[in-house]
Amino acid sequence: MSSYFADFASLFQQFDVAAAFWVNIKLTFFAAIGSMVLGSVLALMRISPIASLRWMGAAYVNTIRNTPLTIILVFLVLGVWSQLQINLSADFNQNFFRYAVIGLTVYHAAFVCEAIRSGVNTVPVGQAEAARAIGLGFLPSARMIIFPQALRGAITPLGNTLIALTKNTTVAAAASVTEISALMKTMIEFRPDVIIAVFLTVAVGFVLIVVPVGLLTTWASRKFAVVR
Amino acid sequence: MASNAQNVLFDVQGPRGRVITLVLNVVGLLLVAALAWVVLGKLADQGQLEATKWTQLFTARSWENFFLPGILSTLKAAGLAVVLSVVFGLVFGVGRLSSLAVVRAVSTVVVEFFRAVPVLVMMIFFYLGIGRTGIVQPTETPFWAVVLALMFYNGSVIAELIRSGVHGLPRGQREAGLVVGLTESQTLRSILLPQALTAMLPSLLSQFVVILKDTALGYIITYPELLASARRLGSGDGNILQTLLMAAVIFVVINFALTSLAQWLSGFLSYRTSGRTKPTVAPAPAAVAPAAR
Repeated sequence: MSSYFADFASLFQQFDVAAAFWVNIKLTFFAAIGSMVLGSVLALMRISPIASLRWMGAAYVNTIRNTPLTIILVFLVLGVWSQLQINLSADFNQNFFRYAVIGLTVYHAAFVCEAIRSGVNTVPVGQAEAARAIGLGFLPSARMIIFPQALRGAITPLGNTLIALTKNTTVAAAASVTEISALMKTMIEFRPDVIIAVFLTVAVGFVLIVVPVGLLTTWASRKFAVVR
Repeated sequence: MASNAQNVLFDVQGPRGRVITLVLNVVGLLLVAALAWVVLGKLADQGQLEATKWTQLFTARSWENFFLPGILSTLKAAGLAVVLSVVFGLVFGVGRLSSLAVVRAVSTVVVEFFRAVPVLVMMIFFYLGIGRTGIVQPTETPFWAVVLALMFYNGSVIAELIRSGVHGLPRGQREAGLVVGLTESQTLRSILLPQALTAMLPSLLSQFVVILKDTALGYIITYPELLASARRLGSGDGNILQTLLMAAVIFVVINFALTSLAQWLSGFLSYRTSGRTKPTVAPAPAAVAPAAR
């Protein structure tokens, strides 16, 4: 039994598990910012008075939401990068990392958009009517009245999207990024005898990242809830 | 306020507003056209617009040997995963509602654990793990890895759906069951669960979309599903961009149909249960914890 743990511990000297997890965290960080920006713009488009923008927003969300993330990432690497020869960085690894961030951003923006829209639905009609009554146009009332309340109402679905994004960064393995799931595969192939311990390490790592985010979301959604 | 939300955000427009809207509409369309122009230009530069690269997508050979078998394996894995995860979800969902503290605790740990672990990590684990035990034939290993990983993850999500579905029912339903002399478990079986299941059907259907999408992860562990077949076809014929697009279109069409059915069902079923049929969260991304408790 003690040799099992010794075998397992020796794996950590050969493979940098922390560095691989760090890649996932970096992917999460950049893609979260990207998808928050893109998702907010899409949400604004979907509630705007301009029909063509509404239509584009809806088309984007309905297409992306129904496409597997794996296809998006594989398409970016095998289609856009290798066929269209678009390089995002001279550095090979950095290039794939950026493609992965773009893929994750594109995919999760659709869910951020829907989360914000569900937040908009929690804002009572009277708020929008009051904003119009005092003469605010679409953009001012969206910026000052609707969005601040909608974002507070959207904390729970936005938090869920963030959790999903964190876990989905593992799919970046399909875009040749060496993150934790790719490293796990290498580790198990190298030392198949300690497969359970390796799996549990990675799994617990994710539990440690995901559970605090969930608790924080629940706390924030109560703390910032608009009392009505 | 879903649909009328869009109308209360802005006034009925006057002549000036209508002109502005018209102008912005035109600008929006021009923007799309410009984007399409840039994309097409780039495609043409790399010779991706050659007719043969696209016409090959619609030959009998492509469909017979690649797309159809791909769709079939995707549906096979998704179908089995759906059945197994519903069973898994029922067992652990009811477990979380049990009056025995031990059963509740065990179910909670199982459900929370499998919801927090990425599906791909489980898939790789099962892929390499099952291969070692030699229970199934080596060629069948990727299939079972896909199905098992999807079962554990989505089964846990469904267990949560069942639990929140039962908790979402009006309290009087359970009380009424107890008052007419049913035991706790009889009440759960014959009063609460049927209503909760009806109420959660739309969310369940959205979860099936997630399962179908996540079968594409099987590509990474060499399961020959739709994405993998599209890639093989594309690298053989030198039109990988086009074949991957086709695979995406097939996924979108199937999933869009399921999503639309879920939306329609949620309206239709709202008359048949005392629970809420509207999904509590926007349909889940490939992984999601539905509604905080």
